[in-house]
Amino acid sequence: MLLKITNLHASIKGKEILKGIDLEVNKGEIHAIMGPNGTGKSTLASVIAGKDEFEVTEGEILYNAKNLMTLSVEERAREGIFLGFQYPVEIPGVSMTNFMRTAVNEIRKYRGLDPLSAGEFLKMMEEKKKLVEITSNLTNRSVNEGFSGGEKKRNEIFQMAMLEPTLAILDETDSGLDIDALRVVANGVNKLRTPENAFVVITHYQRLLEYIIPDFVHVLFEGRIVKSGGKELALELEEKGYDWIKQQH
Amino acid sequence: MEPSASNPITREYLLNLFQENYKKLIAGDTPVLQARREMAIAAFKKLGFPDKKTEDWRSTDLSGSLGLDYHYPLGPSEEKDLQKVFRCDIPHLDTAVIGQLNGWYVSKDVPLIELGNGIIIGSLAEAIKKYPHLIEPHLGQYTNVESNAFAALNAAFTTDGTFIYIPDGVKSEKAVQLVNVIQHRENIFIQSRNLVVLGKGAKLTVVHCDDSYDYQPSFSNIVTEIVLGEGAFLDHYKLQNLNNTSTLVSSNWFHLEKEAQLKSHYISLNGALLRNNTYVRFDGPFGDATIYGLYLMDRKQHIDNYVAVDHASPDCESKELFKGILDEHATGVFNGHILVERDAQRTNAYQNNRNLLLTDTAKINSKPFLEIYNDDVKCSHGSTTGQLDENAMFYLRQRGIGEDNARMLLMFAFADEVVSRIAIEPLRFRIEDMVKKRLQGELQICEQCVLHCSTPEHPVEFRIDLSKI
Repeated sequence: MLLKITNLHASIKGKEILKGIDLEVNKGEIHAIMGPNGTGKSTLASVIAGKDEFEVTEGEILYNAKNLMTLSVEERAREGIFLGFQYPVEIPGVSMTNFMRTAVNEIRKYRGLDPLSAGEFLKMMEEKKKLVEITSNLTNRSVNEGFSGGEKKRNEIFQMAMLEPTLAILDETDSGLDIDALRVVANGVNKLRTPENAFVVITHYQRLLEYIIPDFVHVLFEGRIVKSGGKELALELEEKGYDWIKQQH
Repeated sequence: MEPSASNPITREYLLNLFQENYKKLIAGDTPVLQARREMAIAAFKKLGFPDKKTEDWRSTDLSGSLGLDYHYPLGPSEEKDLQKVFRCDIPHLDTAVIGQLNGWYVSKDVPLIELGNGIIIGSLAEAIKKYPHLIEPHLGQYTNVESNAFAALNAAFTTDGTFIYIPDGVKSEKAVQLVNVIQHRENIFIQSRNLVVLGKGAKLTVVHCDDSYDYQPSFSNIVTEIVLGEGAFLDHYKLQNLNNTSTLVSSNWFHLEKEAQLKSHYISLNGALLRNNTYVRFDGPFGDATIYGLYLMDRKQHIDNYVAVDHASPDCESKELFKGILDEHATGVFNGHILVERDAQRTNAYQNNRNLLLTDTAKINSKPFLEIYNDDVKCSHGSTTGQLDENAMFYLRQRGIGEDNARMLLMFAFADEVVSRIAIEPLRFRIEDMVKKRLQGELQICEQCVLHCSTPEHPVEFRIDLSKI
């Protein structure tokens, strides 16, 4: 099992957001996590990635049988966890090239591999750009600075392609995207999918799931997973709306 | 000759020292220069050293620095190991390197270098002897001794320094690198005086370095007057890397005539207390001055950048960008005064000061001051102070970049907005290296050195590869 979350409770500034999450993800699977706004979807993603403003008060997260709580943010990333941000951060003055080269080589170092040469690295950048259908020269620009909403999300998928994670969590990557950008993001995920990795796709709408077919759909409500099912659950949610879930709880 | 005793540098001590050494001090003066010296000591007598009640010194406390005992040399120091001291050249940069040791021009038996195209570089004292007509119209004519104690003190006592003269129409291909080195076995109080004159349409690059070479406390009062004739262009760099017990008050007075262009860069990397005074006066229309500053301070270091731009003529433009990173207990001041005079129509003046404070104990006092006497101007000023962006840190670390490297990337990116403006590539690479080393806490004073004085050039290994690929 790749990821095993058991009875996870987490709070921010004393306010409990996650109130006992259980989730299991195996390699080769795509999980979708849906739910109304403010129910803890992004918190769950941040807690797995290790953002320290959240405090885990109970429960555990095992990743490849390792207790994630003992690992720093960067160690989790080097172990293969990738978070696609809902709001990618602009970092003026740090070029995409330096950013990605530093990241790729730090991850390689962690895994006992030699750093990529400049030539190898450039070649890799070009391949991955093609894979995620980036034609513009965003690589020489500062990280996300002045990128449009769509460019930022594509850039997340590009970084995912560069870092080849084992577990990718995409936090509302579809929000604010037009249909073309959505298709590019979904294509990126579908192309990067292998039997050796897994995706957790967090989304508010069913729309993205027309392009990325999940194996499992979970509904998060008030800090708990209240319903799990196959891809048909997403359609049911689309039809009945989240009020249906709210009424049941 | 040096007084053997070490003394507190007070107004009384200095006034006495002046009287006792009067004949020696005026020995090289022309009558005109002697009169200016008399005026200067009278002004210093009236002013004394600034204290915290002095308007422009409210946030910079000199009492600790002035409270020490110093030797005050009234002549050149014995020159030893100069070979070692002055091998501060920047690789791949075509420079004429000239040195000052403890404030005195190091002649190496050639007090004035005179080139075929009329360029003169060398000892100010020697130039006064040989070319008084080139000196008298300028020396002491751009400083304001009546209100500036350090300018007055400097003018009263200095008898030597560096003189650079670029005649009309001459564009110097070589950069001039002026290295001020401080080396003394006891505390030392240093004054030096420089004059740079660019004729009409002349062009020059000056790299002016302040370095200490040992770990003794020093107090330097350096005054440089720089004249840009009509249409002249000066690319000016001031690099500061002094030991942690040294105080530097460095004043540059720029005088720009019609259509002159100035680009000035202050890179302050180390020192106990650094005060940079930059005065720019537009004395003719269509002048253009850009002043960049970068300061990286930690421990209990203090940096004070005082910038006064006088738009005395119409149609000129000034731009200031000062950025600083303050760590631990470091403190900083930015004082930006823009004066737009009544007849300076169509003035553009922009000022920006941005600071990163890495701890709760680091402090910055940023004071823009715009004084505008006509309404056909475009002026703006901005000041921001903040911490490293936590969201950016999380973003970088989430991609596998370790915390130290993530901090380095963000700090370097912050500094790079200034460093990237350095037009000369070899110098930019060198300063990028120094900034990276400084941010990693690996920059030493001269022995390992700022400019690798005594070691052959090695490519510096960094954990982050920021090379352009």
